Amino acid sequence: MQESNDILHEVTNNEYKYGFVTNVDTEVIRKGLDEEIVRIISAKKDEPEWLLEFRLKAFRYWQTLDMPTWAHLDIPPINYQDISYYAAPRKKEGPKSLDEVDPELLKTFDKLGIPLEEQKILSGMAVDAVIDSVSVKTTFKETLAEKGIIFCSFSEAVQHHPDLVQKYLGSVVSYRDNFFAALNSAVFSDGSFVYIPKGTQCPMELSTYFRINAANTGQFERTLIVADDESYVSYLEGCTAPMRDENQLHAAIVEIVAMERAEVKYSTVQNWYPGDKEGKGGIYNFVTKRGICKGESSKISWTQVETGSAITWKYPSCILAGDNSVGEFYSVAVTNNYQQADTGTKMIHIGKNTKSTIVSKGISAGHSQNSYRGLVKVVANAENARNHSQCDSLLLSSTCGAHTFPYVDIHNDTAIVEHEATTSKISEEQLFYCNQRGISTEEAVGLIVNGYAREVMNKLPMEFAVEAQKLLTISLEGSVG
Amino acid sequence: MNNMKAEQQYIDLFNQYEELICRHASAIQNNPRKQAFTDFRKNGFPKKGSEDYTYTDVAAAFIPDYGFNINRLDIPVNPYEVFHCDVPNLSTSLYFMVNDAFYKKISPKVSLPEGVYTGNLQEFAEKYPEIAAKYYGKAAKSSRDGIIAFNTMFAQDGFVLYVPANTKVERPIQLVNIMRSDVDLLANRRLLIILEENAEAKLLVCDHSIDAVNFLITQVVEIFADEGAYFDYYDLEESSDNTSRFASIHVQQEKASNVVVNGITLTNGFTRNNYYVELNGEYAETSLCGMSILDQKKHLDTYSTITHAVPSCTSNELFKNVLTDSATGAFSGRIHVKEGAQKTVAYQTNRNLLATREARMYSKPQLEIYADDVKCLHGMTTGQLDDNALFYMQSRGIPWEEAKMLLSVAFTADVIANVRLEALKDRLQMLVEKRFRGELATCKGCNICN
Repeated sequence: MQESNDILHEVTNNEYKYGFVTNVDTEVIRKGLDEEIVRIISAKKDEPEWLLEFRLKAFRYWQTLDMPTWAHLDIPPINYQDISYYAAPRKKEGPKSLDEVDPELLKTFDKLGIPLEEQKILSGMAVDAVIDSVSVKTTFKETLAEKGIIFCSFSEAVQHHPDLVQKYLGSVVSYRDNFFAALNSAVFSDGSFVYIPKGTQCPMELSTYFRINAANTGQFERTLIVADDESYVSYLEGCTAPMRDENQLHAAIVEIVAMERAEVKYSTVQNWYPGDKEGKGGIYNFVTKRGICKGESSKISWTQVETGSAITWKYPSCILAGDNSVGEFYSVAVTNNYQQADTGTKMIHIGKNTKSTIVSKGISAGHSQNSYRGLVKVVANAENARNHSQCDSLLLSSTCGAHTFPYVDIHNDTAIVEHEATTSKISEEQLFYCNQRGISTEEAVGLIVNGYAREVMNKLPMEFAVEAQKLLTISLEGSVG
Repeated sequence: MNNMKAEQQYIDLFNQYEELICRHASAIQNNPRKQAFTDFRKNGFPKKGSEDYTYTDVAAAFIPDYGFNINRLDIPVNPYEVFHCDVPNLSTSLYFMVNDAFYKKISPKVSLPEGVYTGNLQEFAEKYPEIAAKYYGKAAKSSRDGIIAFNTMFAQDGFVLYVPANTKVERPIQLVNIMRSDVDLLANRRLLIILEENAEAKLLVCDHSIDAVNFLITQVVEIFADEGAYFDYYDLEESSDNTSRFASIHVQQEKASNVVVNGITLTNGFTRNNYYVELNGEYAETSLCGMSILDQKKHLDTYSTITHAVPSCTSNELFKNVLTDSATGAFSGRIHVKEGAQKTVAYQTNRNLLATREARMYSKPQLEIYADDVKCLHGMTTGQLDDNALFYMQSRGIPWEEAKMLLSVAFTADVIANVRLEALKDRLQMLVEKRFRGELATCKGCNICN
């Protein structure tokens, strides 16, 4: 017991490995949020009139809303007027090659173990690196362009593909969806845009690294992925953020549209600064992620590994509108110290013969609170809908909490819906067994936790699985309550 | 808007008739009235769409004009004549409540062990003032929910079962609630059940509406099980389409006590059942179950919270619903394991059968856990009867309808299996079968007793 306490102590005393500040010149507009700010953001990005209108509509709607309180979270009051809504790294005449990119930026990526250069090309990934809201560098664009794939920053897409953006922006997550969606729609800074044309298999994993950098700037990303008929894309999103004392707000929107027989796989590793061990600081992560399986036999798969953020409020969802469409949600959420997470998914079955699978694994340690909240809804016309949900919680201390709030609404008599949940801790027997075979307690916990999360980890693309496993090990190895 | 209208109507009524209400009730019920009124004014009726009342519009049920028997006028009915109880092998000590008043004109010829009290609240409060004051309204806090506040404001009578320490009541006690009125009527029922150390009893409560007018019932049941007490509570609703019932059952359990609460809804109109179970002593065990058969436009919303406040308690929750036609069912269950409540074992299961397109089922099984050495599981399913099983039975010569009925009965069997009274178990099995055959809906009298 003494030994495990030591290990727990060691783990909880782990400093945030990715906490540092990059000294890049950033251009920050004044704090506060009003119509003028919305206009300034829009003007800075040289946006067309319709987009400004969209932002203003969203802003006006946002003003009528109050922050939602239903989540099992203790959110300190947020002063939305005390945040600067736009920060862009100041450009030196637009880099033409990698050498011209701010070396500080490149170093940042190096520190994160994310080289933007040859290694990436060798690993076959295209990286659209986003630092504080504006896309800095996009690689592989040419390779992708040959196949007709559009993968660029959101602001570029607005300039070069306005029709596509206008057609799909807000079609999955309306600005009226919720408080944070309205806020994002009003002030979103940048993000990624992906369009996969008909019959195209995207030859590489697309990935974007989001980073929050300048102090006191919220980051409002907007991602839009459109997969046309019979196409396939796997998109990776990974996040790390530097150490900060003041809380930072992040309210992103991800929209996915999958047309007939298209498949989109969206994987996330989220490791933003979770605050220190007293619960001071950390990122507030309020994200709206939703995909629509519009076409017949389409498929959207969400995989997430959540280890960071002080507060996480996130429900990647699937609207299964097309017949025979499939939605999947695989999640590992880890909370430690005073982190709070309220995360889960929504599966809305609308088409016939739709299927959805939910596998959620929560791991709580320290004084953290980890909740699963999910909805499975089968509307009246959704014949033969099938859902299986499984939510497991692993508790690693006697002071943390693990909660499950599934909502199941069934309006059709042909639906088969199942939900299962278990809560448990790592048993002394399991540890003893490992010890007996010469495996140290710390390693044993690592093994057991990784085994527990394997079902989800297996769904991650190779490159991510390694990083995710590392993250799990850092956050949890040896945490025996 | 609805809420304001419904609430104001009763706030005015209370202001106007408070004195009259109090005159026809005992001090034990009058004392908490003021506080309940304050709470009701503050909270009002639960709002439809709020987290705990997503699918039940409480205010809408309270808007229509109902008669209120504030003057406690006698209802001309002799329930002992209306009902003849001869459940095979089940001999009970039978009591009646007519609307919300305990029927005391005739007492059953039963011999209860010494010290056991069954009867109305007023007499109990006179006989055991300290005990009554210690328990009445202590589990059902009027600040918890607007309907509890409403009931506390207006309740003028009640039924008490009091079993002193180390006493065992062998014979089950049966309380039949009869709704009898020529005009639409609102009744506020109150049950207080106290079991002292190592006491043991079983109570069967049956709800009946014998007239075709509209009834609105609020019911608050408080159950206190002291150390080592054993108690069974069976709640059988066989009311009518025109009956709206808002019931809440509050259970507080001390060390090593064992309580079974089983709520069976055979026929009803619009029902909301709230169960609040608090396990406050180590090694306490609770079994909370229920089943319903809902057809036509029936509505049943079940809400439950089981709180594990101390270590080493066990709870077992099981609710099953069978829905046909355009019935609506809702289930919301919460298991709350407080910090330090180690070695908790909690199981929660909700299973539902949907037989038609128009039927709706909303399910929300929830776990809230703040301790690590616990075993908590919950599971929910909504689906249909197994086609293969149906086919198999048909291939053995059992007609489809019969096969369906058999499988439906089997589906609900494990709820009935939790009944710890053999005779009642058999009787319930038969009633469920009859209900599935559609024979029960037409029956006007007491089905347990006919």
